[in-house]
Amino acid sequence: MSLWEYANPRKFMHTSGAVLPWVIALAVVTLVVGVIWGFFFTPDDYRQGSTVKIIFLHVPSALMAINAWLMMLIASLIWLVRRHHVSALAAKAAAPIGIVMTVIALLTGAIWGQPMWGTAWEWDPRLTSFLILLLFYLGYVALWAAIDNPDTAADLTSVLCLVGSVFALLSRYAVLFWNQGLHQGASLSLDRQENVHNAFALPLYVCMAGFVALFVSLLLIRTRTEIRKRRMNALLARERAA
Amino acid sequence: MIALLLRDIRLSMRSGGGFGLALAFFLIVIVLVPFGVGPETSVLGTIAPGILWVGALLACLLSLDRIFALDYDDGSLDLMATSPLPLEGVVVVKALAHWITTGVPLTLIAPVLALLLNLPQDGYFWLLVTLAIGTPALSIIGTFGAALTVGLKRGGLLLSLLVLPMYVPTLIFGAEALRRGMRGMEAGVPLLFLAAISLAALALLPLAAAAAIRINLR
Amino acid sequence: MTLEVQSVAVQRGSVPVLAGVDFALPAGEALFLRGPNGIGKTTLLRCIAGLQPPLSGVVRMANGGAATDEIAYASHADGVKPTLTVAENLSFWASVFGASGIDAALETFDLVELRNRAAQNLSAGQKRRLGLARMLVTGRNIWAMDEPTVSLDAAATANFARVVQDHLARGGSALIATHIDLGFDAKVLDLTPFKATTENAPEFDEAFL
Repeated sequence: MSLWEYANPRKFMHTSGAVLPWVIALAVVTLVVGVIWGFFFTPDDYRQGSTVKIIFLHVPSALMAINAWLMMLIASLIWLVRRHHVSALAAKAAAPIGIVMTVIALLTGAIWGQPMWGTAWEWDPRLTSFLILLLFYLGYVALWAAIDNPDTAADLTSVLCLVGSVFALLSRYAVLFWNQGLHQGASLSLDRQENVHNAFALPLYVCMAGFVALFVSLLLIRTRTEIRKRRMNALLARERAA
Repeated sequence: MIALLLRDIRLSMRSGGGFGLALAFFLIVIVLVPFGVGPETSVLGTIAPGILWVGALLACLLSLDRIFALDYDDGSLDLMATSPLPLEGVVVVKALAHWITTGVPLTLIAPVLALLLNLPQDGYFWLLVTLAIGTPALSIIGTFGAALTVGLKRGGLLLSLLVLPMYVPTLIFGAEALRRGMRGMEAGVPLLFLAAISLAALALLPLAAAAAIRINLR
Repeated sequence: MTLEVQSVAVQRGSVPVLAGVDFALPAGEALFLRGPNGIGKTTLLRCIAGLQPPLSGVVRMANGGAATDEIAYASHADGVKPTLTVAENLSFWASVFGASGIDAALETFDLVELRNRAAQNLSAGQKRRLGLARMLVTGRNIWAMDEPTVSLDAAATANFARVVQDHLARGGSALIATHIDLGFDAKVLDLTPFKATTENAPEFDEAFL
C-alpha cells in the first residue's frame, strides 16, 4: 500500500468520494465557529477598533492564495516526474480556487486599508506581490484553456508553473527592494515577541483551519469533475474507435 | 549555430515586420505619453525613466510571437528538431537574434526618445547601460513565452499575458537603477540584480523553452 | 545500418491511431507506407523521426545506435523561407548538417537556374524540389519522407524516383509514405491492419475507465 495508489483515477475517485462529505462538514463547522467567534466574541482592538475583525477572512485567504500555488507547483512536479494524471488535473482544479482566494485577500485588504491607512490601494510590497501572483494565476488558467490536447496542456502548464514560481518569488523580493511599504508585519510567526494577542489568535487559527478545509473540499470536488470529464472523453474516443 | 543566427537576422531584416516596427512602436508610445500627462517638462523628466523602460519592454513584446511561430507554420521547426542542432542551442540563438534585431536597436534609439521626455542630463548614460544589460533578459524570457505558445493558433495575446508578469523583476531593477543613476545615487545594487536576472535567465530558461518546444511538436 | 521498428504504437491528439507496427529497413532498401487517409502515416513518420515518443515499442538502429542520428525527415511542409533565395535556403541546411556544398543538390533537382530567386517566387513544384534537395545535403542514410511527390509533375516525379534509387545504391535507405507508384521495386507496408483498436492499444486512456 503506497501513496501512489491514489494516483490511479479510479482509486482516487473511490477514496475522495468517501472522504469528501467529512471534509465539507469540517469546513462548514470550522468556518461557522471561527467566523462567529472572531466577529462577535473578540474584543475591539484599542487602535483599530472593530475593523480589525476582517483579519479573520483576510489572513486565511491570503494564506490559501499562496498555498494553492505551492500545491500546484508540487502537483506539477509530480506530473512531470511520474506522469500521474490525477496530479495534473488537481493542479488544474486548484488554480481557479487560488484566484478566488487571491481576490478575497486583495478585496478584504482594500476594505481594511481604507479606514486604517486612508487608502484602499497602496503600492506596498505585499499588496503588489499578491497582485503579481494574481497575474501568474490568470496566465496559468489561460494557458490551460488555450490548449486542446489534455496531456500537452498538462505538460506546458507544469513548465509554466515551475518557471512562474521562480519569477513570482523573484518579483516578491524585487518589489520589496522597490518600495518598503505600509503593511504590518506577519500576523503570526513563531520567532517574534509580539504576536497577535491570544484573544485574536485562537479564532484566527480556527478560521485558518476552516479555509484549509474549504480549499481541500473545493479542490476535491473540482478534481473529481475534471476526472469525470476525462473519463467521458475516453469513453467517447473508445466508442469512436470500436 | 552561426548559420541559424545569420538566417534569423536576415529573415527579420527582409520581412518588413520585425525590426522597424518595434522601433516605430517605441517612438509612438513615447510620443503619446506627453499627450496623456501634459507637457510640463518637470513632470515628464520625473517619469521619463519608467516610461522609457515600459516603452522598450512593450516594443520588445511585439515581435516575440514571430520567434518560433513562422518556423512552426512552415515546418522548419520540425526539421530543426530532427537536425543535429540541440534544441536548447536553437533557443539561445533565436533569443540572441531577437535581441540583436530588437533589444539593441531599442537601446540605441532610447537616448533620442529620452530627449522628447526631457530626461535629466545624468540619465542618458544610465539609460544606455540599464537597457543594454536588461534587454537580453527581456528577449530570453520572451523566447520562453514564445516556446510555450508556439503550437497555438492565436497565441499572441496569451503570450503577452504569460510574459508580462515575468518581466516585472527586470522592469523594477532596470528602471530603479536608471532612476538612482539619474539622481546621482548609488545604482550598483539594482544594476547587479539586473545583470543577475539576465545571466540566470540565459543559463536556465533555454532548458525550459526547449522542453516546451519538444512538447509542442509532439 | 538497419532501422528497426518494433511493436510501435503511436497516438495523434491523445487518441491511439496505430499499434503493433513492426518492420526492419536494411541499408539499400526502400519501404513504401500505404493506407487510407487518417490511418496515421504522418504520425508514424514523426514518431520514427523522433519528434514524438511512441506510446509503446521501440525505434532504433539494429546496431544499438539512436535512430534519430541517422534519419533525415521530410514533412508535408518544406520548411522553405519565402524571403530567402533558393541558395540561401539550402546553404542554411547544408551548414546545419555540416555538408560541404549545395551545387550537387541543386543540380540533381534542376534548381541551378533558380538559385538566386527568392523562394516566395517559386511555384509549388519548385518549392517541393527545393525541399527534397535538402535531403541530399543532410548526408544522412535513412530518408523518412511524407508524401514527397505532392505537386511534382511527371518529369520531376521520375527524377525524384531516380534520386531515391541512387541513394539506395549508395547504401542508403528510404521510408516513404506515398499513394503513387514511383516505378521501382520496393517493399510495401500497408498500415490498415495496424489500426489501433481497444484490444491492441491498451493505452486508450484506460486509467480513466
